[in-house]
Amino acid sequence: MSPDRTVGAVGASRPRIEGGLKVTGAARYTADVPMPGLVHGQLVTATTSRGRVRDVDASTALGMPGVLGVLDHRNAPRLNPKAGNYFGPDGSLLLLQDEVVPYAGWPVALVVAETPEQARAAAAALRVTCDAEPHDLDFDMDHPAARPASTAFGPEADTGDLEAELAACAVVVEERYRTPEESHCAMEPHASTAWWEGDHLHALDANQGAFSVSEVLAALWSIDRERVHVRSEHVGGGFGGKGVCGPQMILASMASKRFGRPVRIAMTRAQVFETTSSRPRTEQLVTIGADADGRLRAVGHRAAYALSPLAEYIEACTEQAKVLYAAPAIRTRLTAVPLDVLPPASMRGPGATPGSFALESAIDEVAERLDVDPVRLRLRNQPSVAPVSGLPFSTRRLVSCVQEGARRFGWAARDRRPRSRREGPLLIGTGMATASFSAGVFPSTASITAEVDGTFTVSVGASDIGTGARTALTAVAADALGVDAGRVRLRIGDSDLGMAWGAGGSRGTTSWSFAITEAAKELRGRLGDPARPVTATVDTSALIDFQPGRERQTFSAVFAEVAVDPATGEVRVRRLLGVFAVGRVINPLLARGQVVGGMVMGLSMALHEESVRDPRTGRLANGDFAGYHIAAHADVPDVEADFVPDYEPLDPSGFNGLGEIGTAGTAAAIANAVWHATGTRQRTLPIRLDRVLEPVAAGKDTEGATEGADHAVTRGA
Amino acid sequence: MTDHTRSGISLRVNDVSHRLSVDNRRTLLDALREDLGLTGPKKGCDHGQCGACTVLCDGRRVVSCLTLAVAADGAAVTTVEGLAAGGELRPLQEAFVRLDGFQCGFCTPGQLCSAVGVLAEHEAGWPSAVTADDDPERTPELDEAEVRERMSGNLCRCGAYPSIVRAVLEAAARQGGAA
Repeated sequence: MSPDRTVGAVGASRPRIEGGLKVTGAARYTADVPMPGLVHGQLVTATTSRGRVRDVDASTALGMPGVLGVLDHRNAPRLNPKAGNYFGPDGSLLLLQDEVVPYAGWPVALVVAETPEQARAAAAALRVTCDAEPHDLDFDMDHPAARPASTAFGPEADTGDLEAELAACAVVVEERYRTPEESHCAMEPHASTAWWEGDHLHALDANQGAFSVSEVLAALWSIDRERVHVRSEHVGGGFGGKGVCGPQMILASMASKRFGRPVRIAMTRAQVFETTSSRPRTEQLVTIGADADGRLRAVGHRAAYALSPLAEYIEACTEQAKVLYAAPAIRTRLTAVPLDVLPPASMRGPGATPGSFALESAIDEVAERLDVDPVRLRLRNQPSVAPVSGLPFSTRRLVSCVQEGARRFGWAARDRRPRSRREGPLLIGTGMATASFSAGVFPSTASITAEVDGTFTVSVGASDIGTGARTALTAVAADALGVDAGRVRLRIGDSDLGMAWGAGGSRGTTSWSFAITEAAKELRGRLGDPARPVTATVDTSALIDFQPGRERQTFSAVFAEVAVDPATGEVRVRRLLGVFAVGRVINPLLARGQVVGGMVMGLSMALHEESVRDPRTGRLANGDFAGYHIAAHADVPDVEADFVPDYEPLDPSGFNGLGEIGTAGTAAAIANAVWHATGTRQRTLPIRLDRVLEPVAAGKDTEGATEGADHAVTRGA
Repeated sequence: MTDHTRSGISLRVNDVSHRLSVDNRRTLLDALREDLGLTGPKKGCDHGQCGACTVLCDGRRVVSCLTLAVAADGAAVTTVEGLAAGGELRPLQEAFVRLDGFQCGFCTPGQLCSAVGVLAEHEAGWPSAVTADDDPERTPELDEAEVRERMSGNLCRCGAYPSIVRAVLEAAARQGGAA
């Protein structure tokens, strides 16, 4: 049962607090903040995927106007090699420390000059010589270097006897799915301004968590964390690409140390593509067996992803196989393949997004083979408890999502035969998918001060990268304090505000809200003397139950309608609907924007996105917005999203995160719709024109001899 | 000694006249941001591919990152900072806030300037790639498809497109096109 849901600030749709600043150009992002004495750093990056820097000839560059100097591996300040990130030691933090080039795009020098133009011209004049060594970018599930992935997120599933169950199945689908390397593409390129005051490091930086960036910087420079001050008031998107201490931040701190001036590094778009991080390539083998009546007996999910030897990383593609369906046998195997690649990082719905494409495509293939409705197949195989862990779900409203989505979408009227619907030359299809995404909470601190004027100042090391955290947390604080939101002043985006989780893992809002709620509780118990400000500070580290004995997940059902032009291979998404169960929704207006945005990214993944590398050099061949297309206005229909009533009992306020669940199910829903339209399965993303163009030899379109089909034959031939 | 790497230019920006000495390589975007402190226009790609730097130059939208400052000599420029005349938000800006036509806000200055340009272009009867070409005399109706097509030079990675389209259409309806 849900506790009291009295309507307060939480639950009401309100526009963003900083909305006025953002529509007038007054919101200042990192590279917008003026700074007296500022100089500019320009990165120079490696053009080989593996090798050693033999020489950096700066003789010309150093004589150019405005140039202060050049940093390379021979003269750069030394950093502490023990510094790491969330997953442990991280070699990608150790910039300009030796001559080794681990991937194409690796920074090999930094030119610092008085103006951006001077820095850029001098960087172009720098002569860097590298000795290239043979590189390996041949990603393959069975690559000789493949190894089991880290199990830091939990053990593999090994429930039941997979082979025995498969042998007893009426239908077995076993298919291989592939997703490409993808780029986060936040609209704000990574930027940082750093300066030293004595042995204190100050910085403005575009990141998803100022506190964790300050921790990494403190480790790199071997100084107390309290001497590192990172501010990130407005951040122009992240999606996981700004989750770690970025190269711009590390290099700016090094250059400022060397030249004694505030240094700004605003990475170019090309550098963001080639130097920061990406979603890794995956290859996945899904094996699903079912009885003739549509009861699943076996779910096997093998997944492999590429990573760099520089740092550990987990692309947890197989998690949903442990959550979504009941089956007597469930087996997962996750494999990491170390290659000379750009180090991967979480990208919106890490693991779940490529994993869902594979698993939910395969489920659709089972429905096809059984000739049952894919919605009915999914509903028939819902587990009563988590099928692998055996734990009860803290809340699971997936059936509600599916049923509500099917109702709104008009699913019942669907003819499930492929190629059954046409509009002129276009083939029309619909498809759906379900998804789950892990939810939870991480330690954070929050301070609340009751001011003498009756207002409250809430300080929490949160980041608002576009999530609406500033607005949502104000509402949470108002309700927790029992006051009007107008009396709450929120301070975020500053590492001096104390330990806090970042905007990531769909755990930012839950982690910060938890700390705010607890601080408010403590403050309300201490309010006495109205003449003096009173402050309560809470650290939730000791309050969080990391073994709650419940499976905590968010859920969604996504429905898509596509129109496919068999002549050009073009797929257009005409309708997209997502229904979500994400606990209690703090601000429906902003939450809807978040999940709609997630679905737009899923659409973009399904149809457009792919980092293409030159096999000879390993360099990105399409590292800009002309070559790497992300969905534009004209690609996106009027996406619809809504939430089913839900309440997360493991959160004091009933919340779960919703930043990533929107992306997770969308690509499979679209791919399934493309199958329904064309009769051809798309098991490799993106669903490019050449992959959709009707194959001539197959002679697929004999029944209608439409204009479109004639076209396809002509073009294919 | 004459410095051949710099030029003197005049710009009228948001109704204020400026005389500037700029590096000949300086883009209009950098002149606005670095010389005039107008950091509303954003550098999202510096290649004219994302639209975050869009401003109005003599009433027409341009990507200021692909416009050299010296080439804009004498122009009247409107940036996002100049859209709210007298501190009052335009209906378009108000609709962006109310309908949540953005998330991170980084592309927003370009989306807004672009939308102002779109509405003016539509008002002037300009067709787009999705305009039916059955009647050249008829001003195309500004519907969702027209707005999406005309706004496609402005990328938004947060995926706020549906809300942006709604905001543009609403502003157009409220002001009879002159949003």
